[in-house]
Amino acid sequence: MLSSAILLGPQRHVPIVREAVAALVARDDRRPLAAVTAGWEERESEDQELREHVQRPVVNLEVWGRVERIFERDRDLLLAMRERHDRLRAVQELYRLRLGGLIEPMRELMRRAGDEALLAPEREDAMAMVKVLDEQHQRRVAAIHAEFEDRHRPGERAAVQRERRDLQRWLASSSCLLVAGGHVSVLLHRLRLFDLFGLYGDRPVIAWSAGAMVLTERIVLFHDDPPQGSAHAEVMEAGFGLVRGLVALPHARHRLQTGDAERVQLMAQRFAPAVCALLDKGARLDWRAGRWQPAPGTRQLTTAGGTAEVGT
Amino acid sequence: MTETEVDVVQQLEAAVAEGPAALQRFVAATEFPHVRGRSVTFLFCGEAQEVTLHHWIHGLPGSLPFRRIHHTDCWVLQIDLPPKSRMEYKLGVAMFGRGTLIRDPLNRHTARDPFGANSVVYGEGYAPPDWTVEDPEARKGTIEDRHVDSPVFGDWRPIRVYRPARFRESRRYPLLVVHDGFDYLSFANLQTVLDNLIHRLELPPLVAILTQSPDRMHEYAADPRHADFLVKDLVPQMERLLPLVPQPSARALLGASFGAVASLSTAWRHPGYFGKLLLQSGSFVFTEIGDHDRGPVFDPVVKFVNEFRRAPGRPSESVFVSCGVYESLIYYNRSLVPLLQETGMQVRFREANDGHNWENWRDRLREGLSWLFPGPLWLVYE
Repeated sequence: MLSSAILLGPQRHVPIVREAVAALVARDDRRPLAAVTAGWEERESEDQELREHVQRPVVNLEVWGRVERIFERDRDLLLAMRERHDRLRAVQELYRLRLGGLIEPMRELMRRAGDEALLAPEREDAMAMVKVLDEQHQRRVAAIHAEFEDRHRPGERAAVQRERRDLQRWLASSSCLLVAGGHVSVLLHRLRLFDLFGLYGDRPVIAWSAGAMVLTERIVLFHDDPPQGSAHAEVMEAGFGLVRGLVALPHARHRLQTGDAERVQLMAQRFAPAVCALLDKGARLDWRAGRWQPAPGTRQLTTAGGTAEVGT
Repeated sequence: MTETEVDVVQQLEAAVAEGPAALQRFVAATEFPHVRGRSVTFLFCGEAQEVTLHHWIHGLPGSLPFRRIHHTDCWVLQIDLPPKSRMEYKLGVAMFGRGTLIRDPLNRHTARDPFGANSVVYGEGYAPPDWTVEDPEARKGTIEDRHVDSPVFGDWRPIRVYRPARFRESRRYPLLVVHDGFDYLSFANLQTVLDNLIHRLELPPLVAILTQSPDRMHEYAADPRHADFLVKDLVPQMERLLPLVPQPSARALLGASFGAVASLSTAWRHPGYFGKLLLQSGSFVFTEIGDHDRGPVFDPVVKFVNEFRRAPGRPSESVFVSCGVYESLIYYNRSLVPLLQETGMQVRFREANDGHNWENWRDRLREGLSWLFPGPLWLVYE
């Protein structure tokens, strides 16, 4: 677990990374900021706006590009990671199938009016089943990763070790680690390949959007109005668990129907006791010594079906 | 007729009885066409000997007469319009034995097409989808005018190339080839739609090639040269020019009306070359017995569809078919769906309470495109 971190919402339109850096890094600290933009995939190096915004030296760790280089040298690892990717997709699809069968009745129970003495325990048990399913899925995904680690020992492969040594050098000379958003699965798996947070240690981290999601204990994928398929939020897998007690929901304004009390209630209750934090633009949550300190205006879903400022 | 529906006409009649000032106040305070539930009330105020509503809804008489209120210049008509419908129309105003078709002066909503513009009334619950209007937060793609040489036709053809925002030469993109592409840009907001859906991660960034035939009524009517033009001229040249994924699964054809016929006919003549088809209100007229009654321009279409129905093969991997229920073509599209399903293709069919028009085709693009090319919506949080 980290001693200090700051989670932010999307940074494209109203960036506040600079203010977050000022809170964690002394003004006269001349060491560069280390940046991970691997979630942007092939656009990883397009970090000019970020550099201009933070007004400090930035070293892009090029995590995405390093993995691409490893794949060129270590074809077996590429194939193994592709195979893992296929298995993860398959297990996610099976989970989705079961989830639909639990969420729909859950929603129906929430809609029903009648004898509360009868309805309340049914709702409680239905919610417990959803939570159990989420946990089972998270364990299955963890088992796939464990098997992959056992079989392929990625951390011991020469191509990976070479990049790890280089990353360690850059991380050691940086004042703070910035983790941008983007493709959450790509970001998570590429950071994990290098055990980047293990290399970095307990030092300040600022992360936004998907970057914030991967720092938490559990990554939840969500969209209330997708053009295709189910709109039920899904657990993807465990994050790094470097901050606790929070589910990060970036772009909530666009992705969640926060005016739909039933949906909000279901999501807040499903992931409770974790706080479902809405990481919209301008949102900021400071993690210090195991506690959250939200910036004013940063909101969360409530188990009553509404939204409220985090911590209220 | 419900109480509310009666009310608006009764109020109108009362205002007319009160005099011109009262009528003016009432019309200024009430939106016309007046939509309540399934009922739409049209009003026309002006000199006329006869006023009629002209529309293109299959199954209703093509011209519906207005009723003059008392002996005034006010004319009224009530019709049934199911929820979430769109209906395009014009008013026929007859004076001294001469009729003129005009847009409804009281209606601010219009829909454009290559022939001009019509008035359009929205049934209860319909609003133009937000993803069809420009979103200031969405990064914009670019449109470039080019041409493509066509040995098949022995000439060259103008095209427009849509590149998504943040286009990179180092990346490879799926390809969407659009029939009547210039019209899709002008009348179905295609650029805005693509920009928005890509911005919202509902579509992956893709390249669209917008084609526009100089003789669509013949070339799109299942002309084998058109199919060859796409497969032998257009796509190979585009693959040399642009970073495209050179695989059938990353190639789609889009077309409406005769453009849908051209899409299906191309896929049928070159099976497997285009992995995805988006067919909107296809003019898939066929005959079970005897002749068709749609004029000679449909002869090659009917010949093709009849042949296709006898031996469909497996033209593509996935096909999204849509059609308005107010179109005469709904019968042919509904008939096509089970046949497509039997080919083993993945098929999705969507009906809409709309007619044979560009806004219907625009409104179906989100579902069709995102089904054929699902975007990274669930996994990307920037």
